[in-house]
Amino acid sequence: MKVIKIDKKDWAKGIKALHKAYGLIGPVKEKEYFTFQVLSGGTIPDLEFRNTRLSPKAVVFPQSEDMFEYSLDDSREDHHLLKEVEKDYSPRVVFGIRPCDAKALELVKMNFDTDEYKDPYWLNLYEATTFVGMACDSPCSTCFCTTAGTGPYHEEGLDVLMADNGDSYLAKLLTDKGEKLATSAGWADSAGKSDVLAAKKTAAEAKIVSTVSTEALSGKDALELYNADFWEDVSFACINCGTCTYVCPTCWCFDIQDEVHGKSGKRMRTWDSCMFPIFTVHTTGHNPRATKLQRVRQRFMHKLKYFVDKYDKGIMCVGCGRCVRQCPVNIDIRRVCETMNSFGSDNTCAVQSS
Amino acid sequence: MSGYTDKIREISQRLLKDCSVEMIIGFRKGTQPMMNEPFVVRSAEDVDQLIWDSNCGINLTNYLTNRTEKIGIIAKGCDSRNIVTHILENKIKRDQLVIIGVPCRGMIDRRRIAMLAEGEVLAVTETDDAIVVKTGTGENEYKKSDVLQQNCKVCVHRNPVIHDELVAEPVEEQQDIDRYADVRDIEARKPEEKWAFFDELLAPCIRCYACKNACPLCYCPTCFVDEAKPQWLGKSQDPMDIRTFHFLRAYHCAGRCTDCGACERACPVGINMRLLTKKLEKDCLDQYGWEAGMSLDSRPALDIYRPDDPEAFIK
Repeated sequence: MKVIKIDKKDWAKGIKALHKAYGLIGPVKEKEYFTFQVLSGGTIPDLEFRNTRLSPKAVVFPQSEDMFEYSLDDSREDHHLLKEVEKDYSPRVVFGIRPCDAKALELVKMNFDTDEYKDPYWLNLYEATTFVGMACDSPCSTCFCTTAGTGPYHEEGLDVLMADNGDSYLAKLLTDKGEKLATSAGWADSAGKSDVLAAKKTAAEAKIVSTVSTEALSGKDALELYNADFWEDVSFACINCGTCTYVCPTCWCFDIQDEVHGKSGKRMRTWDSCMFPIFTVHTTGHNPRATKLQRVRQRFMHKLKYFVDKYDKGIMCVGCGRCVRQCPVNIDIRRVCETMNSFGSDNTCAVQSS
Repeated sequence: MSGYTDKIREISQRLLKDCSVEMIIGFRKGTQPMMNEPFVVRSAEDVDQLIWDSNCGINLTNYLTNRTEKIGIIAKGCDSRNIVTHILENKIKRDQLVIIGVPCRGMIDRRRIAMLAEGEVLAVTETDDAIVVKTGTGENEYKKSDVLQQNCKVCVHRNPVIHDELVAEPVEEQQDIDRYADVRDIEARKPEEKWAFFDELLAPCIRCYACKNACPLCYCPTCFVDEAKPQWLGKSQDPMDIRTFHFLRAYHCAGRCTDCGACERACPVGINMRLLTKKLEKDCLDQYGWEAGMSLDSRPALDIYRPDDPEAFIK
């Protein structure tokens, strides 16, 4: 796999060249935090961020996205017919995606790209995008990626993995898409045979101080976990806002809504949250998850048990720590994971770790 | 506020032991700097988890709505005013509550400290007047009064207005505070400037509803944002729907808001939506001499009619 060296002096030049062939997206600092934004002509992605407030999932899964449009005007021939909304799926590149968030894309893909169902909106954006990761040399104290199936130099889900190396960036070209991007940008200097990346990876991983234990989750009885007493303690503080789900890179739930203004309407999808009471309300008015405890339990059981059992690919969490940092009442998934993992008497690992 | 924690534990233990209450609602230490978690204690053995410091900004009245138990609740000034409002609005009964009052010296603004700090904030400790912030590069000390939440800076009701126990002597209330300078600043602008200001204010909103859900006033069984028949507002990121949500939510708080700051504190994207409720709070004070939640004996401004109510708005 080719590793190239991009002199920081050539960085802006390369970005400018890319503006011709790609739509560019990258982290930009707003007032107090970084967000992923479309970089209009000439804007350089700001790579001096620790992590973005929201995950980059909106790059392929916008918070609100139009799917169809229609007219209710009977005088038109095409009235009451759903028509697909025109979309722009021309090539795009997203810079500065963290390896944890890239891994999250792969988890989300398991939902949107199955043998049975393929979500065209998500997949088309995904296919159109080249993902350029930025390795993470100064993780937050709340990051627990290394025990959540990823890491600060993890490559899964990325086309290019970049790392800061003083005056230059090292960029590992992981896929054909990545190679093509480097060519378009004019970045071709080989970094030569170097173990700098491997050394940096080891150093970065050593900086991850926060961990979760997940090894016992798959062996737990789902119903026993479901009926456990601790959910009341876990859920007491929850205010049922959507912060955790909306900042989460792996939460994929959406709602479909029709909106009509005058005689023209559109059908769109928007992010939804299992924390909201109406998430599960039936048309009869019955709500199978009417209480906060049920909703909080659902979120953690989905991420840490149902997903684990269904896919056998670890937990549905990449340890980015956003929900930990942003939850207004400090519900901490690490604490919940620990509680679930050590639940019951059949667990020897909890004894070892205590 | 040193000593508050010990006293809170002592009172809580007594109340639980002598069966005056079934539970105590308070805070336990959070897993992160400047964050505590609302917490319920049901047995005297667990009271040692209760704590108090300058990171108890969430309004605990939120956890009282429609509860049926006998409850001990820790309440700073603003919480106590919301408890009064809850009682007046029949969301809890006075005789269900043992209110453990906390004379408050203000909560610290965790976002401001995060902005002032170089690098990630790793630990925050406090004395009565100073906040010490530890980051990867060292320690910085701030005067507490410089890093208070905005609503605490202009608070004139730090002492609980209603209580059955008090964890310390009342604190001196802040005098000569200009509570509404920010509101007047916006009032003085031209309509188009106001529009632009609010557009910018609300632009980062992701509609997670943390603001309304952290608010003790928002207890409707089904919020208007969730109504489906009719559906009052759309669910997308359309700025019109975002504005509608924030403006309507604020109006639902008219004459009821105590400026506890829970909404702003809860917002994950740092929106100061308090500016909206503060305007209504100011109007209530200016026009009706009304401040929410000060007494169980008077009905809220928008709940009663008085012949001398201002009517200049009727044209």
